Amino acid sequence: MSESAYNFAYLDEQTKRMIRRAILKGLAIPGYQVPFASREMPMPYGWGTGGVQVSAAVLHPEDTFKVIDQGADDTTNAVSIRTFFEKTAQVKTTTRTSEARVIQTRHRIPEEGLTEDQILVYQVPIPEPLRFLEPRESETRKMHSLEEYGLMHVKLYEDISRHGHIATSYAYPVKVEDRYVMDPSPIPKFDNPKLGDMAAIQLFGAGREQRIYALPPYTKAVSLDFEDHPFEASKADHPCGLCGAEDSYLDEVIVDDEGGRMFVCSDTDYCEGRRAKGFVGAMAATDQMAATTMTKPTLEVL
Amino acid sequence: MYVAVKGGEAAIANAHAWLAEERRGDPSVTELSIAQIREQLALAVNRVMAEGSLYDPDLAALAIKQARGDLIEAIFLIRAYRTTLPRFGASEPIDTGVMACDRRISATFKDLPGGQVLGPTFDYTHRLLDFKLAADGETPEAPTRATERSDVPHVAEFLNGEGLMEEAPRDDSVPPDLTREPLEMPADRALRLQALTRADEGFTLGLAYSTQRGYARNHAFVGELRIGSVPVEMDIPELGFAIDIGEVTVTECETVNQFTGSKTEPPQFTRGYGLVFGQTERKAISMALVDRALRWEELGEDFVGAPAQDAEFVLYHADNIQATGFLEHIKLPHYVDFQSELELVRKLRREAMENTAQEAAE
Repeated sequence: MSESAYNFAYLDEQTKRMIRRAILKGLAIPGYQVPFASREMPMPYGWGTGGVQVSAAVLHPEDTFKVIDQGADDTTNAVSIRTFFEKTAQVKTTTRTSEARVIQTRHRIPEEGLTEDQILVYQVPIPEPLRFLEPRESETRKMHSLEEYGLMHVKLYEDISRHGHIATSYAYPVKVEDRYVMDPSPIPKFDNPKLGDMAAIQLFGAGREQRIYALPPYTKAVSLDFEDHPFEASKADHPCGLCGAEDSYLDEVIVDDEGGRMFVCSDTDYCEGRRAKGFVGAMAATDQMAATTMTKPTLEVL
Repeated sequence: MYVAVKGGEAAIANAHAWLAEERRGDPSVTELSIAQIREQLALAVNRVMAEGSLYDPDLAALAIKQARGDLIEAIFLIRAYRTTLPRFGASEPIDTGVMACDRRISATFKDLPGGQVLGPTFDYTHRLLDFKLAADGETPEAPTRATERSDVPHVAEFLNGEGLMEEAPRDDSVPPDLTREPLEMPADRALRLQALTRADEGFTLGLAYSTQRGYARNHAFVGELRIGSVPVEMDIPELGFAIDIGEVTVTECETVNQFTGSKTEPPQFTRGYGLVFGQTERKAISMALVDRALRWEELGEDFVGAPAQDAEFVLYHADNIQATGFLEHIKLPHYVDFQSELELVRKLRREAMENTAQEAAE
């Protein structure tokens, strides 16, 4: 199949215009889910088609593009999406957060602060924060328009009465500009505080569910909580084994079959940047060996 | 970590190379041609065209070959290709009344104008493996008879003459386009039918079957099932009139359903409708049954909570490309969310243990 048979960034201009209109509407009503006529993309629904369509609609030929999945540039689906845009849009790609103008992400917000020149595009599986409380779309749309969020508060309250705290650890809902309750996509709640007041534009694309929503720069996005049970961002209580960072979200990696484990930054670019600056974690001495012997076989299997 | 980036790319490339090899299978066995698939696996081709929403037997055959016979994967290939095609316009509605029927049966009348034509059907075959086919696929020529081409009236019209059949007045309003507008509820009948005709055959069959077993029971007779080719006309602005641009084979099923009347409608027979590309009669019949079940509201029937009555449930879950994509995406790494769940479960466990220990101590 010849790539040149397709338009810049795959989608035809009419489709991109339709998506841009949805994005503009989303930016005008922060947190509101705008229905859009999502197209079949050459990758499966649920694998980032919403994010890919949004990225295709905002990319310029001179842009530099970064894709992360679980914070990492090297996960297979991130590789696949990056390759897709290299082929269909011939854009420059990077793994450096600060060098990218458009960053497509799945499940993380980069550790490094973003700027006004950047756009963060989220892949969203289920855009409706009320979905698992009410399966009907016709009902949830009504609840949003009436600002009827009692059900969500009851759910959070039930968590507290059962467990002593809110038992939602990712896709933790936020209220945007005191109006719409929004699903931030399945980012860990550790990332929630970065959503609000961010300098970059944040766009959320849900392809299968045909919804786009957005947070313009410097928008208020508050994680839902109660006065006596304030929201708390949490992460594994360790420093990164490779770079020693204590402020980054960590993945737990099993290193042997005797329960040995290490914690490493999920944001690979952040971790590399720190190590390049000379920060060294407690397990960094064995790291190169561990990282290569572990990641490689896993990827070969994929 | 750059090693890993390269490793990921190499792994993907190698996986694809292996896949290509597996697709071809043993190279000492002759490769399938597109024409062989199109001619000898025609019903698979039809399903791919129907659910891929693109009438092109050669492309569908190519998709089946590329997908190693995985029909949902083939449908996906067709959908992804279809979405890139420019739109020149829309055809006139096809007229199934002028269909050149290969098959046309009615379960409601023993004989009827236009006749009963069994056509090339598996019905009444005994499902015994034909070992002759394993050795030699040559078949004797089927007997033929001359037919004069004439319009074949729809069975529903005969009942309509008596006023026993629900009216279905002609509606020239432009139907919504599922492929260009997001699906929004409530969906009118045109939109529902559009979604059903490209819906997964298995899902549609299961829902239709559930209505037969009592979940929103509405006893359906196959008023008529017809399969054949119909001309496709398109209005060419430069000419100022419609011309034939080709023909398509479709399967049409109209069911006649018992209806004892409701608050708003008198007792009469009601209709379910199925229309699907190609020879796809299991799908067309299923579609008609599900269509009828979804019409409870406009006919003033009760919603009994059956899945087949629930338009949101049916339409949001009937598309196999959406379903398979989302289902299979759980293969993707989820270790960030899993990590946060790990932290949470450890915390909950710790608290639970502490509580038990404390209670034991007390």
